[in-house]
Amino acid sequence: MRKTPLLVILLVLLLLPLIVRNVNFQHVMLMTIIFAGLGEAWNIITGFAGQTSFGHAAFFGIGAYTSTVLFYKFGISPWLGMMLGAVFAGIIAFLVSYPCFRLKGHYFAVATLAVAEIIKQLFVSWDYVEGATGISIPVVPDSLWAMQFHGSKMPYILIAYGLFILTLFVSISIEHNKMGYYLKAIRESHEAAEALGIDTAKYKLLAMIVSSMLTAIFGTLYAQYILYIDPFMVFGLETSMKIVLLTVLGGLGNIYGPIVGAAILIPLSEYTRTYLGGTGKGIDLMIYGVLIMVIVIFEPRGVLGLLRIRKRRRIEYGKTVA
Amino acid sequence: MLGQLIVTGVLVGSVYSLVAVGLTLIWGLMDIINFAHGDFMMMSMYIVFWLYALLKWDPLISLPIAAIVTALIAILSYRLVIKRVVNAPGLMALLATFGLSLFIRNLAQFLWSPNYRFVGESILSGKRFIIFNVVIGLPQLVAAFGSIVMTLAVAMFIKKTKFGKAIQATAQSKDVAELMGVDTEKVYMFTFALSGVCVGVAGTLLSGIFPVYPESGAMYGLLAFVIVALGGFGNIWGAFYAGIMIGLAETIGGFYLGTQFKYAIAFLIYLLVLQFRPKGLFGW
Repeated sequence: MRKTPLLVILLVLLLLPLIVRNVNFQHVMLMTIIFAGLGEAWNIITGFAGQTSFGHAAFFGIGAYTSTVLFYKFGISPWLGMMLGAVFAGIIAFLVSYPCFRLKGHYFAVATLAVAEIIKQLFVSWDYVEGATGISIPVVPDSLWAMQFHGSKMPYILIAYGLFILTLFVSISIEHNKMGYYLKAIRESHEAAEALGIDTAKYKLLAMIVSSMLTAIFGTLYAQYILYIDPFMVFGLETSMKIVLLTVLGGLGNIYGPIVGAAILIPLSEYTRTYLGGTGKGIDLMIYGVLIMVIVIFEPRGVLGLLRIRKRRRIEYGKTVA
Repeated sequence: MLGQLIVTGVLVGSVYSLVAVGLTLIWGLMDIINFAHGDFMMMSMYIVFWLYALLKWDPLISLPIAAIVTALIAILSYRLVIKRVVNAPGLMALLATFGLSLFIRNLAQFLWSPNYRFVGESILSGKRFIIFNVVIGLPQLVAAFGSIVMTLAVAMFIKKTKFGKAIQATAQSKDVAELMGVDTEKVYMFTFALSGVCVGVAGTLLSGIFPVYPESGAMYGLLAFVIVALGGFGNIWGAFYAGIMIGLAETIGGFYLGTQFKYAIAFLIYLLVLQFRPKGLFGW
């Protein structure tokens, strides 16, 4: 019974782009699914474990760059690159976790931001990956092997959908497992969790690695879809913040949160850009900024918070009547 | 050479400090990360630029006006946005300031295009002097001096005045401060204004050295986060010393490793120092 709304959402995500064959709409759909996936991945470390990461663009970028460099320099399939990118992201997550997890709260958040910035600057001045210029991915005929489809956006949507389901599956498995309860205990009180004998370091590290690997796979898909990447685009603070934004907006620590948040924020950002971004005057981002403020001011608990309050009120009302 | 680098680093660092002081006030008081902080500074730089371009006013003359207008922008932002999310759960206030930052930055781009602009001639520009082979530009020196004076003034204000004590009390415990008769709402708004004055002054002092464009404040804002955390949240002198430290690290590291790495070095220092002082250099 609990699963019904999720199945309905998944069905809508899959069927909408099939029914509405408008190319622009399909693009927005694809972006929504990708960012919903990124939100789910980020939710594991921040929503479940309470460790606010402002640096997830680092993992997204590593995923994008790993597959792109392998494809561009050696002609290796992005599918392989995707897996390798996830492994690299996991390794980086492992390496940065030790210094970052010593810090708490805002100190941790700023540390993750610093890590992402350092990695960005390294890529900007790294000639092997074309530095600040970025890499244009060579265009090849449509093939699943090269993860390139120029005739239709549908294959991209299906791949994104598959990756999203994978992320969702991992996320749900963690939530309903020992690990999920441990992470939530850590989120509620680090000290109490430790006093109960939970190996907090181990579970936070695991959550960070899983979250980063899932983030990286979307980086590969994004790169293959846009066919161009540069450090500012994939490692930028804007990317990190977009992930934070949509998850918090939807509802932190909830499986539905990132889906709801992405469904609101991504069409908002993509459509304002399509219709108002052409002037190059920044009107689209101005409006996007205002909309973010308006949403936060009027619904500071996140969209799901609103729904939950409504539900509780209804139950209470029912009780008094009875 | 090292002497030159140290002098340059301290001069740059003191301006960083002033930007960070404005940020640490709010961060320490309200536990809010103001993403729009650097953009407040960018607005102040534009005010100085336009007063220069249209009325030929020297940046040093525009300074009080830029400071006041930036404070007004900060107050407006507080009244319209921040006030409504101060008590919101989790990261909501952060999102609001991020939206605010996007809005201000793109408003500047909409109004004044993304082009680089420069405050050309001013009383200070081009003047410099040399002591022991160390070249010191007058604009840089004045910027550093102004930043230090301003930081000192803010620190004295917080420590000595009644309002400053109200700020301290609110930062320690909002509820208790309210019980003691402190109008915390007013304290919040006033602190935002004070933070605006800090970046307003910093922006003016920088406008003679740094190009003015919509992204002007972005890197300063980001570095200010690192400096605030390094110094310890809410600690004014912590932010001051951390700012100087980051300025030095950036200049010296940038010289020996390549200027493209100067920000990476600043971020790396942050990660390294916090390994030994997980609550910042002067945090407790």
